[in-house]
Amino acid sequence: MLEAIFVFAVLGTCLGCGLGFAAKFFAVKDENPLVKEVEDMLPQSQCGQCGFPGCSPAAKAVVDGEVELNFCPPGGRTLVENLASLLNIDPSSIGEVAKPVLANIAESLCVGCTKCLKACPTDAIVGANGQIHVVISGACTGCKKCLDSCPEDCITMQEEVEDVNTWHWPKPSASPIPASAEGCNV
Amino acid sequence: MFKKFANWAKSRGGVHPIGHKEKSAESAIRPASLPDMLYIPLRQHAGASAIPIVNIGDKVAKGQLIAVAPTEVSAPVHASSSGTVKEITDIVAPHPSGHTAPAIVIKTDGEDRWFDAGKIEDPFKTPPLELADKVAQAGIVGMGGAIFPAAVKLKQGAKHEIKTVLVNGSECEPYLTCDDRLMREKAEHIITGARLVRYILQAYRVVIAIEDNKPEAIKAIQAAAAPFGSIEVHIVPAKYPMGSAKQLIQWVTGREVPAGARSTSVGTLVHNVGTIFAIYEALMLGRPLISRVVTVAGAAINDPGNVEARIGTPISHIIDECGGYSKPPEQIIMGGPMMGMPVISDNAPMIKGATGILAFSEEEMPSKNQSPCIRCTSCVKACPMGLLPLEMASRVNAEDFDSADDYGLKDCILCGACAYVCPSHIPLVQYFQFAKGKQAIAKDAKKKMEYTVNLSVAKQNRIEEEKAAKAAEKAAKKAARQKASQARKAKSKPAPTSAPESTKEESNEQ
Repeated sequence: MLEAIFVFAVLGTCLGCGLGFAAKFFAVKDENPLVKEVEDMLPQSQCGQCGFPGCSPAAKAVVDGEVELNFCPPGGRTLVENLASLLNIDPSSIGEVAKPVLANIAESLCVGCTKCLKACPTDAIVGANGQIHVVISGACTGCKKCLDSCPEDCITMQEEVEDVNTWHWPKPSASPIPASAEGCNV
Repeated sequence: MFKKFANWAKSRGGVHPIGHKEKSAESAIRPASLPDMLYIPLRQHAGASAIPIVNIGDKVAKGQLIAVAPTEVSAPVHASSSGTVKEITDIVAPHPSGHTAPAIVIKTDGEDRWFDAGKIEDPFKTPPLELADKVAQAGIVGMGGAIFPAAVKLKQGAKHEIKTVLVNGSECEPYLTCDDRLMREKAEHIITGARLVRYILQAYRVVIAIEDNKPEAIKAIQAAAAPFGSIEVHIVPAKYPMGSAKQLIQWVTGREVPAGARSTSVGTLVHNVGTIFAIYEALMLGRPLISRVVTVAGAAINDPGNVEARIGTPISHIIDECGGYSKPPEQIIMGGPMMGMPVISDNAPMIKGATGILAFSEEEMPSKNQSPCIRCTSCVKACPMGLLPLEMASRVNAEDFDSADDYGLKDCILCGACAYVCPSHIPLVQYFQFAKGKQAIAKDAKKKMEYTVNLSVAKQNRIEEEKAAKAAEKAAKKAARQKASQARKAKSKPAPTSAPESTKEESNEQ
């Protein structure tokens, strides 16, 4: 009887100390590591279209479940799917994502003030003082930061148009294929 | 009996569609007349679009370079006849979407005058890589429909040991007979082309594979190949898709190309006979790829046959060469009926990869009466890659592409054998095309995302660096000012007037 009490007391003390030390040494020091992971996925353009001051606060909001996953227009559908798989959410439950847009500068109106160049977070606008500026579509995330910077109001956002290179076969219409075994229930 | 058993392991799946080749195979290749206008698309190949180097109003000669390749995986474009550049604009593309694509429009002058590009003295004494460059400059792409730049494949000889060059003359698609006719009529040139390719790749042997439904082509090629020991003619059974590179390699060499690998990994490279002929013309005659033999067939064509037409000739012009339409076509297909693509309008031009121009009447069209999958597994038996098309399609239908990948979607060659045999007329191959298109778009989006993230991080870093540099400069200036004022204070007592001079001298010495 006494031995048993002794053994359990020693065991309890040792394990308790072990847990105490573990809590101290293996503590997650920063805030949720998931936030960092989500932040790395975001476009980093700090455009603020989601209503948060930047990508880092937005990442925190995503992890806390304060926003829908389709909060980030520049990220598009890809981002939604990546986030959904990371956070274990069914991507089909998320609503439509805003269609990707690209900035377009009206050449006849551009005065070459270089203001939009400075506003662009991805250096997607090329130009120089007094020269017409142009948007490199491959680098534009459609974050709309350049819109307000333009004193001539010559920047517009346009939806990407489908061409021969981006077209793909549509999904066949009327698809009576049952998923796996369901077809056998005759 | 034993032979049949031995072959069993070599070939998987496949279908035997009705050939429909008789009509077009019997008449000789006819040269097409010169059209008034040539519409030459800038992108007729896999890879980046070519960049025009001519201006509107320029006079060009036949075979003159009019657009250059911006990267290695691309192909230049040449004028197919002499004339004047009328426009560089978007035209109706030979594409199922009906979208437009940029092209150079040439108004022909009827002279058909050649551009003198000069030719190589003796190709067999020229370094192989130089020859491969010549092939790249001639704008040659895979003429069997894959439109992959041929020179990129030829340069593999320097990187990998190529044991066998396979010349693909199997032409397994129904209706098409352009390779058949080419082999019958240009056998010697094809053999010379094959020897050139063997030399460029430093390969050990050349195997010319021809399906057993082309006895005359086999005879012609065998006769032309007889003097050359390194060239073998291999007769393969007529079966679709025997002409697919992976299937042909497996049949001829007995080795299977591993999933996700290229044919070079089994020491083999495949070139279509049309490509081989174009390589012959480029290296022996100094002519770039400006024309090709195309099969014009289908029940809506009056006089089916093979036509040698210039690249950029409108489809309607080529069809007129074959007597025009006998009845309004239900659908026009560029390429073969199994893997070709429907074109929306016959105003679209013919491009380098067009093996056939088929105008189908209503009776020739597949049934559109889809019914549910009965899980008969006909498609599994037909699949030459050993996949489960029915399982893949049901996953694609649910847009679960990752799961479809687990069933081997990546290995699908889009041959259409599954859709051909399906008793429920389910357009299986369209599901896979849709899935592959979606995956390509997702891949591009991911790439762009990574690129833009890097850009914005770089910009933030740059701004911070600039700020730090400015602050450092400011601090340095401040320190210099303080130092100067201290020095002035120190020197102002003994000799106030000479102070600035002495500091100047000091700075000069420094």
